[in-house]
Amino acid sequence: MKALLSGNEAIARGAYEAGVQVVTGYPGTPSSEIVETCAKLYGDEVYVEWSTNEKVAMDAAAGAAYSGKRAMVTTKQVGMNVLMDSLMYSVYTGAEAGLVVVTADDPGLFSSQNEQDNRWYSRLAKIPTLEPADSQEAKDFMKLAFELSEKFDTSVLFRSVMRISHCKTVVELEDRQENPRNLEKFPRNLPKYNCTAMYAKEMHLMIEEKIKRISEYAETLPINRVEWNDKKLGIITSGVCYAYVKEVFPNASVLKLGLTYPLPPRMIRDFAAGVEKVLVVEELDPILEEQIKAMGVDCVGKEYFPPCFELLPDRLMDIALEKGLLTEDPRRQSTQPVDTLPPRSPVLCAGCPHRSTYYNLAKMDIACAGDIGCYNLGAQPPFRAQHTMGAMGASIGQLHGMSIAGLPEVRVCTIGDSTFFHSGLAPLANMVHNESRGCVILMDNYTTAMTGHQDHPGTDYKVLRTNKARKIEIEPLVRALGVKMVKTVNAFDVKEVEEGLKECLAYDGPSVLITLGACFQLSKKIECTYEVDPAKCIACQQCFKAGCPAIMVSDEVNPKTGKKKSRIDPTLCAGCSICSQICPVKAISKKEA
Amino acid sequence: MKGMNFMIVGVGGQGTILVSDILAEVGMLAGLDSKKSDIMGLAVRGGSVSSHVRWAEKVGSPMNMLGTVDVLMASEPMEAMRAVEYLRKDSTVICNTYRVQPMLVSTGQAEYPSEAEVARCLGDASSRVITYDATAKSLEIGNVKTMNIVLLGTLSTLTDIAPEIWEQAITKYVPAKALEKNIAAFRAGREVK
Repeated sequence: MKALLSGNEAIARGAYEAGVQVVTGYPGTPSSEIVETCAKLYGDEVYVEWSTNEKVAMDAAAGAAYSGKRAMVTTKQVGMNVLMDSLMYSVYTGAEAGLVVVTADDPGLFSSQNEQDNRWYSRLAKIPTLEPADSQEAKDFMKLAFELSEKFDTSVLFRSVMRISHCKTVVELEDRQENPRNLEKFPRNLPKYNCTAMYAKEMHLMIEEKIKRISEYAETLPINRVEWNDKKLGIITSGVCYAYVKEVFPNASVLKLGLTYPLPPRMIRDFAAGVEKVLVVEELDPILEEQIKAMGVDCVGKEYFPPCFELLPDRLMDIALEKGLLTEDPRRQSTQPVDTLPPRSPVLCAGCPHRSTYYNLAKMDIACAGDIGCYNLGAQPPFRAQHTMGAMGASIGQLHGMSIAGLPEVRVCTIGDSTFFHSGLAPLANMVHNESRGCVILMDNYTTAMTGHQDHPGTDYKVLRTNKARKIEIEPLVRALGVKMVKTVNAFDVKEVEEGLKECLAYDGPSVLITLGACFQLSKKIECTYEVDPAKCIACQQCFKAGCPAIMVSDEVNPKTGKKKSRIDPTLCAGCSICSQICPVKAISKKEA
Repeated sequence: MKGMNFMIVGVGGQGTILVSDILAEVGMLAGLDSKKSDIMGLAVRGGSVSSHVRWAEKVGSPMNMLGTVDVLMASEPMEAMRAVEYLRKDSTVICNTYRVQPMLVSTGQAEYPSEAEVARCLGDASSRVITYDATAKSLEIGNVKTMNIVLLGTLSTLTDIAPEIWEQAITKYVPAKALEKNIAAFRAGREVK
C-alpha cells in the first residue's frame, strides 16, 4: 500500500515496521511529529512518551534497550547537545536490542537558535549514521538502523533535516516485524554495561575495531551507491542534497551515500578515479569533504557551496552557472520579487497569557534574560522586552550571572513551564544555594505551546492529551527548592502581574513570580469579545503596546492630534480583556451580546 | 496527466498546509510521483506560510525553482505578491481578494498595497490571473475555514483529474463533521470561471 508521508511520519512508520517497542523524546521543531505519530498510530503496540528532556529520553531508551526492548529517541538538533552525555556511553555499551537516536537538524534556521551540523557528533561518538533523501528512504533506513544496531551492537544515529522531516513524499508501507528477543532478566553484565574506567578501556578498543568493521561493511551496503552518467562531473552527496543534485545536475555521475559515518574509502576512491572533477555537495559543514580529502581524494566542496543555510536547487543552480559547471539556465525568465512589502512576523496570539508579562516588562524597562518558547516573541516589537535567548533553561543561569555581575539595576528572567522542567530546576537550586538576587518569572500556560502543546511533568495529561497524568505543582516544587519569595498571579490581570513583579523585585534574594494562564491555542475558549468606543477613544494608541493582532487602527481620527483611533477586529478578539485594562480612558469594554 | 508544479501561499491559521496536503495526495491518487514541502514553525502565530507541491513521473527536489511554477494559489493577495518570482508568463494565479493585514499595517506603521498595485504586480508576472473573494464564498457556505477549498476547486479545473479523486483526497484530510461544507466549497470553486 502506498501513502503520502512526511519524513517524520515515515521515520515513525519505519520504527514501527522495525518492531520498535519504546519511543521517547522531547518536543522540538522539526522533530516533534515523530513521537506524536508513534503515539497516535502505533500507541497500542509501542510505549511512547514525552520525557522531561532529551537526556532523560536517551537514558530511558538505553535502559529499555538494555532490557531487550527495541528503542528510539527523537530530538531536534540542539536537543542533541543535552542528549550527548548519555549517547556517548550508549555507543560504548551497545545493548540487548536495537537503539536508534533520531536528530532532526534545521539548516536554514527555520525554528532554531543555531544551525549546528549534528554530523560532527557521528565522529565524536563514533556512532554509525544514516541520512535519508526522502520519506521512502526515511522509512527504509530506519529499519536498516535497527538492523545495524543489533548486528554491530551499537547505538545508531539517524539524521534528518527540516526538508526531510516536513516534506511529504510517496512511501510503500510494509508489515511490522516483531522483536524476537525476549529477556527474562535484566543483564548482570558489568564489563558490558558499567562504564567504569577499567571496563571502558576495553570498550574503547572494541569501538575502534567495530567502526573499522562497519566501514568495511559500508563498501558493499546497497544504500551507498554510484549512479554512473556523464563522467566529466562526479558529485558525492547524501540526504536531501541528493534530491537537489538530481534536479540541478541531471547528467552528472553521482555517489549517493546513505551511511555517512563511517565512510567507504574504496568506493569513494574508485568513484573519484572514474570522473574528471569531483564535487562534494553537502549543507552546512564540510564533514564529508574533509574526510574525503583526508583519503587523498581531490575534490571541491565548501569552496563553491557555502556552509551557511540550505543549498536549495535555485542556489545550487546559481552556483553551478557562476562556476561554469553548467552553461544553460533551464529556469525561464521570472518576475523580480517585490521587496517593499511589509513583513508578516509572528506575534503573540490574541488571548495569549504571556502578553501581560511583556507589557509590564516593557513599561518598566527591566533587564530580562530570556528562554525558549513562544514567549521569545516578547523580544519582538512592540515589547522588545526579552533581551537574551540562547538555550533551554539558560535564562535562570544567566540571571544568576547577572546577579553576580551586580550592575545597579533590577533584573528578571522569563521561562515557561515545560522549559523549567526541562532544565530550569538545577539553575534555580544554584540561585538559592549561592544566594542570588533576581526574579524568575515562571510563565505557566499548562503546556509546551510552541511545539504543538505537548505534555510535561507539570501537566495533568500525557502524550496526545488523551490520558491523565499526575501533575507536579510548580509552586510547592519551587518552595521545596528553598525559594522563600514566591508569588502566584493571574496572567490575565495586568495590575496583579505588575504588583507581583514589584514585590519580587523588592526582595533581597532569589524570587519566583508564577504567572498562571492557559495557552489560548489549547483552550480556544472565547467567552466574550471587546470593542472600542470611538467616542471615548483619544487615539493615544496605548493599547497597541499590548502587541495584540486583534487591535488595529480605525478610520476615525482624533482631530486634535491627527492620530488614528483604535478598533478591535471581532473575528480575531479572544476576549482576554488585557487591552481594556491598559486603556487609560476606559474606551474598551465588553461587547454586548 | 502530465506533471505540474504548484505553490500555495497564505497566512498562518488559514489552512495552507492542509490544502497543500490535499493537493499532494491528489497527485499520488492520479498515479503520479508527488512531493510537497512547507514551512511550519510558528505558522499558527500569523506569519507567512508557503507550500510547494510537485507532480511528475519522477519528482526530484520537493522545492520548485524560480520561474517554474505552473499554478500559484494564494489565500491572501499580499502573500501572492511575495511569490511572483516563482511564476513565468504562462503560469496561472488563483488569488483570494480578502486581505489579512500584517501587524505593521494594522497598527498604521506600513501601507497595504492598493488593489491596483496588487493587480499590476500579479498581471505583470503572469498572463492568467483569476481573483475573487473566496472568503465571502466560504461564508456563504457557512464555514470560513473552507476558503482554501473553494480556491482548490478552481485550481482543480486546470487539471484533467476527475472531481471524484479530488473529493476523495478532501475526505481524507478534513474533519468528518466539516466534510459536507468542504465538498460544497470545492464544487463552488469549480464553478468559478
